[in-house]
Amino acid sequence: MPIQHLCTIVDKTPLGADTYWMQLECGDMVEQTFQAPGQFIHIACPPHFLRRPISVATCQSDTPDDGVSIVFQVRGEGTRWLAERSEGETLDVLGLLGNGFAMDPVGRYLLAGGGIGVPPLYGCAQYAGGRAVAVLGFRSQAQVIMPQLFADACENVFLCTDDGSLGFHGFVHQKVEEILCKDRDFTAVLACGPKLMLRGVAEVAAKYGLPCQVSMEERMACGVGACLGCAIPMADGTMKHVCKDGPVFDASEVDWNG
Amino acid sequence: MAKADLSVTLAGVRLKNPIVPVSGTFGFGEEYGQFFDIERLGAFCAKGLTLRPRVGNPPPRIAETPMGMLNSVGLQNPGVDAFLEREWPRLQGLDLPVIANISGDTPAEYAAMCEKLSGAGVDMIEVNVSCPNVKAGGLAYGTKPELAAEVTKEAKDHAGGTPVMVKLSPNVTDITEIAKAVEGAGADAVSLINTLRGMRIDLNTRRPILKRNTGGMSGPAVLPVALRMVWEVHNAVKLPILGMGGVTNAETAVEMLLAGATAVGMGSALFADPMAAVKTVDGLADWCAAHGTTPKELTGGVLPWA
Repeated sequence: MPIQHLCTIVDKTPLGADTYWMQLECGDMVEQTFQAPGQFIHIACPPHFLRRPISVATCQSDTPDDGVSIVFQVRGEGTRWLAERSEGETLDVLGLLGNGFAMDPVGRYLLAGGGIGVPPLYGCAQYAGGRAVAVLGFRSQAQVIMPQLFADACENVFLCTDDGSLGFHGFVHQKVEEILCKDRDFTAVLACGPKLMLRGVAEVAAKYGLPCQVSMEERMACGVGACLGCAIPMADGTMKHVCKDGPVFDASEVDWNG
Repeated sequence: MAKADLSVTLAGVRLKNPIVPVSGTFGFGEEYGQFFDIERLGAFCAKGLTLRPRVGNPPPRIAETPMGMLNSVGLQNPGVDAFLEREWPRLQGLDLPVIANISGDTPAEYAAMCEKLSGAGVDMIEVNVSCPNVKAGGLAYGTKPELAAEVTKEAKDHAGGTPVMVKLSPNVTDITEIAKAVEGAGADAVSLINTLRGMRIDLNTRRPILKRNTGGMSGPAVLPVALRMVWEVHNAVKLPILGMGGVTNAETAVEMLLAGATAVGMGSALFADPMAAVKTVDGLADWCAAHGTTPKELTGGVLPWA
């Protein structure tokens, strides 16, 4: 059951030109509402009318206040407003929302992230207790975020760039396939990033017989399943909703042509 | 300060207070029940139903606008039978009038849904003739007085004793013509305004943000249009009005009452703040107590310049 809380910003750190790490004090939000890594919070950005959904990178239940960390990129007016906030200011937050990745705490996971889809996988790596291999893709070296955090939280991290300026020159799903050729000992592939990347990763996972969960994005209004705004088409012809049914879906149920 | 009597009567149905979350913004009452006791509301309009299930429009369905938003959900719903089977048993037990909202492609579909819903005992039926986001029926019925009257009469004839409220579109030249037509056809109340047709464009792709190009606009930006139309309709017909469009708090709810509304709908305001409706109930109680008045007394109380 989600709660609304006025959260204090306790840390704001730039991770690059237009990307920020922000840590919030959230009352008992994590204790009350944490289900799994990959949930999101819905942040009011006044005077902009709609809240902005931002994935949780990592969170912890703590005293006196739970901590929720997000990583966001300035993409429009709302995220620009958010980037202009300072430590000590408060944010009106709904959370934790959505389902998150269904994970077995003793499983071993292959994490596949692209761009601003990378941060929620950090929580997955922590949840897996380090039994995770991460493939993280970015447009180029300048956009790479959180490499050291992932290195510390995973068995192995492979960075990919579209232009070859750092690490593997190519797409995330290509590197995922390279890994799965040699090592299929994963409980599942967990992916977050642009839809094209998710589709590529889902195809590779299916080819190697591994379950795959994908975190999806859609323009959202209420955040709690009431308005049916953030619909995505499913393979069976129905619609599901990113905010309430997701954001994480089994890759096999998504209509990738929708 | 004495506690003000906030109760109102809308088409024969008594509401504890005039605040009513509107159709399409409140699901079937379950989601916002996580944030507050929904029995504190005056009533609520359930998500729009059709005779058969509808999958709705492809995404994106949502776009932000200055002080508002566009939606193009397209009446996604499980169908009237699934509503009665899965949702109604839970809703029936609440101390809260439930207004079922229906859309049809033909007058016969409206009739069939009215029979099912009145048979089940819903408190009121809101006949939607104004959805801007579907091809058939919907808005077409709401923009022509004779068609709106035909659908209203068909609904009334098949609703038994259940009050019928007709939801009017603002996307017309003269909303009072439609209001008069549905009054003549026997409607018990009208609700207005549905959303205003609008559009936004992504500069990078040059594509409209909504997959169906246009959608329905709501939010604080539409308040003045809604007030004007409620005022016009209040002056043109005797029917009670559920006034909606851009109400976000007690002050704007009072404006809506003064313009002529008997009850006040709230919708997208809840997306910005899930507590907006209950805060408005509390704020209205304070405002009425401070001004020694009641919602009943405020209805239509605007003092227009001569």
